[in-house]
Amino acid sequence: MQEFLQYFFSGITNGAIYAVIAIGFSMLYRSTDLINFAHGEFVMIGALTMVTLTMTLHVPVVPAFLITVFGVAILGLVFERLAIRTVSRPEPIVLIIITVGASIFLRGLAMLIWGKDSHTMPPFTAHQPLDIAGARLLTQSIWIVLIAIMVAACLHFFYKRTLTGKAMHACAINKQAAWLVGIPSKLMTLLAFGLSTGMGAVAGIIIAPITMPAYDMGSMLGLKGFCAAMLGGLGSLWGSVLGGFLLGILEALGVGFVSSGLKDATAFLLLLLVLYFRPGGIISAVKVKRF
Amino acid sequence: MDTKSKCRIIAIVTALIMAACLFCASTAAAEQKNEPIKIGGIFSVTGPASFLGDPEKKSMELAIDRINAKGGIDGRMLEAVIYDSEGDPSRAVRNAQRLLTRDNVIAIVGPSLTPTSLAVVPVLVRAEVPLISCAAGNQITDPIKPWVFKTAQSDIHAVSSIYAHMQKKGIKRVAVMIQSDAFGESGRDQLLGQAGDFGIEVVAQENFGTRDTDTTAQLTNIRRADPEAIVCWGTNPGPAVVARNVQQLGIELPLYNSHGVASPRFIDLAGDAAEGILLPTGKILVAELLPDNDPQKAVLLDYISTYEERLGETASSFGGYAFDGINLLAEAMKGTDGDKNKIRSNLEQIKGHVGISGTFTFSGTDHNGLAPDAFVMVRIKDGTWELVE
Repeated sequence: MQEFLQYFFSGITNGAIYAVIAIGFSMLYRSTDLINFAHGEFVMIGALTMVTLTMTLHVPVVPAFLITVFGVAILGLVFERLAIRTVSRPEPIVLIIITVGASIFLRGLAMLIWGKDSHTMPPFTAHQPLDIAGARLLTQSIWIVLIAIMVAACLHFFYKRTLTGKAMHACAINKQAAWLVGIPSKLMTLLAFGLSTGMGAVAGIIIAPITMPAYDMGSMLGLKGFCAAMLGGLGSLWGSVLGGFLLGILEALGVGFVSSGLKDATAFLLLLLVLYFRPGGIISAVKVKRF
Repeated sequence: MDTKSKCRIIAIVTALIMAACLFCASTAAAEQKNEPIKIGGIFSVTGPASFLGDPEKKSMELAIDRINAKGGIDGRMLEAVIYDSEGDPSRAVRNAQRLLTRDNVIAIVGPSLTPTSLAVVPVLVRAEVPLISCAAGNQITDPIKPWVFKTAQSDIHAVSSIYAHMQKKGIKRVAVMIQSDAFGESGRDQLLGQAGDFGIEVVAQENFGTRDTDTTAQLTNIRRADPEAIVCWGTNPGPAVVARNVQQLGIELPLYNSHGVASPRFIDLAGDAAEGILLPTGKILVAELLPDNDPQKAVLLDYISTYEERLGETASSFGGYAFDGINLLAEAMKGTDGDKNKIRSNLEQIKGHVGISGTFTFSGTDHNGLAPDAFVMVRIKDGTWELVE
């Protein structure tokens, strides 16, 4: 039981991270039909910006959190303006390749700015690990899970209750119809980019204290987040949350009961199975006929 | 512009280019005698392994400048031609081919990594040009290939240093935590292979990824196997995550690490969790602490002070691999007049060459030339290193 609980704690910590990254993928896909393969790099930039703000410039955690999220969101807007909007034939495949290119560019840029070393920062609050029935839980893990759930709840509220959120939802359902009723769809696309990359920054910030952020951390996290989004249902908010936690927990149980050498394999095998039986993910928000 | 004048311009440009080529060729022929001897370098200067390649490149240049300042080898200056492999085996092979065919180097130092080294070995063996690799993997010189040498300490010695220390402490049951990459795999082979020789049993084996954010699940499995010590084998930042997770789970066992994390960076990353960790390291990390009768002490302090003065950054054991490579090569080149076969056989004759990584004694059956005394065991205490007996 003690072991199982420890695997579970390990799983929900990683799961919450995957969930926040998956939300970023989903939100962008939902409004623009685009999968941003540079998303992992925005997570990395978020983590490294947070480290620089708190460690080098000694900004307290809460303002540093906000500055980082807004900073990275603005970077996302710039990315949309410069790299996505300017494409003359915006076909999905062209845009996806642009995001792959952007990811390589951002990684190189981060290497120049932050160097090739890993960095480190202390947890948000200094506490001894909690002892729950013999299993140890870091306080940072509690922060991660809390922030992940809060972010998802805020987004839920944003989509269901605010005019802008509903407008974005409308764009997602039918862009032309939304345009006909006076919703500025281009502005909504821009906003979706900002929100999505901001989400990436949140993921980067909450994991900065438990991992050692470096310029090359983005790709694997991006891939895992993408898996989580596919698993839960690309385009669905709660599907992404579910997918993230499921992936994290199954990975940890895979390590515990199968083999740690097969950790990533377990996760990807599961993804294949889900996609085989439910191509739209567990909670399919969109019909799978896009490409 | 009409077609005629276009043709004329093309003709003039072509003539100029040809003239320039001829000029270059004639000067090259005239200077053949006093031209510097070229030595090739292939290092992972950029990319994920740049922490190895960057100091190696700088140390190679440093070593060559020092030799030239003393008048070169038999009156001829040395020249370094260094290419960046970016840690990619196929790029390393292209670099090697370019060094051999275009630059006509007399020998090559590098590459920095085991995979890149293994990739270029066949190229060098076919061309019959000496290679002094800077990578740790002992597959490079085992089995022996006549043209291939290496200067980095191998995992064999690191593992035997750790196991010898455990034997002294009476530890019989160990758990190993292996990073899923070439460095980890090579370490695991040694950890499992040598355990029996020291009367040690490996009771659990777990893996972690180079970019894992959490390894508590693996450590929980290890705790269940009830070992007396844990050995973690990897390179930053993975082992720092492991060290923090060990602290988080409140595991009170001795934690051993590999020489792969023997840098101040590891202490920064792991913070408090680094306290008490034991690891084998090349002597450069603790040069100041060595007893005065250690033959390497003077060489190490000299290298550290020149490197730090010239480059303004901390010297590492990695740069030492290339530094030793050039110095060994220089010793072997004396009196050979650039005959590669003589250089090769001279390298095999080198005995008691005191370098950065250890004291080298090569032979026909040993192309690494180091003994277990190339490593010392250290413990991390109060954020710095202390020698342990």
